[in-house]
Amino acid sequence: MIELLGEMLSYHFMSRAIIVGVLVSLCAALLGVSLVLKRFSMIGDGLSHVGFGALAIAAAVNVAPLALAVPIVIAAAFLLLRISQSSRIKGDAAIALISSSALAIGVTVVSMTTGMNTDVSNYMFGSILSLSEADAVLSIALSCIVLLLFVLLYPRIFAVTFDETFAMATGTSAQRYNTVIAVLTAVTVVLGMRMMGALLISSLIIFPALTSMRLCRSFKAVVLCSAIVSVVCFVVGMTLSYVLELPSGASVVIVNILVFLVFSLIGAIKNH
Amino acid sequence: MAQITCKNLSFAYDGQTVLSDISFSIDAGAYLCIVGENGSGKSTLMKGLLGLKSPASGTIELGDGLKHTEIGYLPQQTQIQRDFPASVYEVVLSGRLNSMGGRLFYNTEDKKAAMENMERLGIEDIKDKCYMELSGGQQQRVLLARAMCATKKLLLLDEPVTGLDPVATNEMYNLIKLINLCDNTSVIMISHDIHEAVRYATHILHLGNRQLFFGTTAQYRESDLARRFVGGGRA
Repeated sequence: MIELLGEMLSYHFMSRAIIVGVLVSLCAALLGVSLVLKRFSMIGDGLSHVGFGALAIAAAVNVAPLALAVPIVIAAAFLLLRISQSSRIKGDAAIALISSSALAIGVTVVSMTTGMNTDVSNYMFGSILSLSEADAVLSIALSCIVLLLFVLLYPRIFAVTFDETFAMATGTSAQRYNTVIAVLTAVTVVLGMRMMGALLISSLIIFPALTSMRLCRSFKAVVLCSAIVSVVCFVVGMTLSYVLELPSGASVVIVNILVFLVFSLIGAIKNH
Repeated sequence: MAQITCKNLSFAYDGQTVLSDISFSIDAGAYLCIVGENGSGKSTLMKGLLGLKSPASGTIELGDGLKHTEIGYLPQQTQIQRDFPASVYEVVLSGRLNSMGGRLFYNTEDKKAAMENMERLGIEDIKDKCYMELSGGQQQRVLLARAMCATKKLLLLDEPVTGLDPVATNEMYNLIKLINLCDNTSVIMISHDIHEAVRYATHILHLGNRQLFFGTTAQYRESDLARRFVGGGRA
């Protein structure tokens, strides 16, 4: 096992992908706890489709993909919050609306320019090879910022997640921290989707939180457990994908499913 | 000076007035019950007092050195999610958030205050339990402890005994009265139960989309309104 990891890490692109992947998995797991509990699970999915559209446009006009996708997806996150708060269109409908629109625009742009080639498939299902040196540096920097902000704002994120009304009533701006959570999620989604793919990135956000909630009984325990589950699943998934030559994103998700089932089973046994 | 003074308050949703002509004030240490039928504007008024909804007209003035971040609030239970993994301690501690100012993390003083309030309400031995696995009465105590962490001055309670059994209901009322008397913490409570309201409160505000009555409990007992709502009793 150690030998295998050593062999994997001896490839530069592989070690780069694993470093970025571990950091992004951590970000996704931490934010995921808040998103799942706030009933915003689908926001990751919606934003990843916007990310797909943005990447397609970036490829068409030949700019650095992350530099374009990050601001566009952040803007979409703002828009989603705005729409779901205006209450004319409900949150889930707003997400479906924006994600399918972005997907349609992305597909149109792609077919007008390069056509459906491997790049598109990589966007959809992820590829560790798509990560350039510059992307990796940017990803590492951004995910460190996301992690730092999450840790620093932890008491406030808990309060706003647990009981928004109480937080607002006692003078904490719930809106501000909801926005922070949405922006951090947007950044995480864009960073993760290169590797996991637009269709699979949301699993990185949802699975670790749901898995931990099978067993853990406090917020802190869920957060810590999610972080560990997420990183372990990512590394195991990447190893599987390397050994069995599977797509990286799908392998990570499969490992996550298995761990989720194991945790559910233990949870069910414990409760009886 | 009065702790809260409301003058000619009115509230509206989408231009439709739901509550008008509210004028009252309470001093530190008062125990005010807001009563009235469903849809009479009780919750709307509470949202206004909490600063969650701005009045269509009129003013709410905080006096006596009371700041907006010094108000404790016990929401109606239904607003909190069913499957939330949070320990009792985490929930109670989160009440200290408003006194943190620019600080990022809870300090020793915050943790001490959380422990003290849990001890006062007799929930310190369940501090590591999951909030969702508690009984209704215990859950309300946890939320009351959180509200006490947020304030020494004014507690706003939105139907704190809804869904509790008679024993837990009684305990809850007694605890609230005790906090009111011992700490001189003012209490503003929305109540469905007019009999209990009259038993514990010092003041009554009776709403029916406008202010039907405001005054001391003794005055309220004498009013025609009370006779109709509380029922004949001694009459």
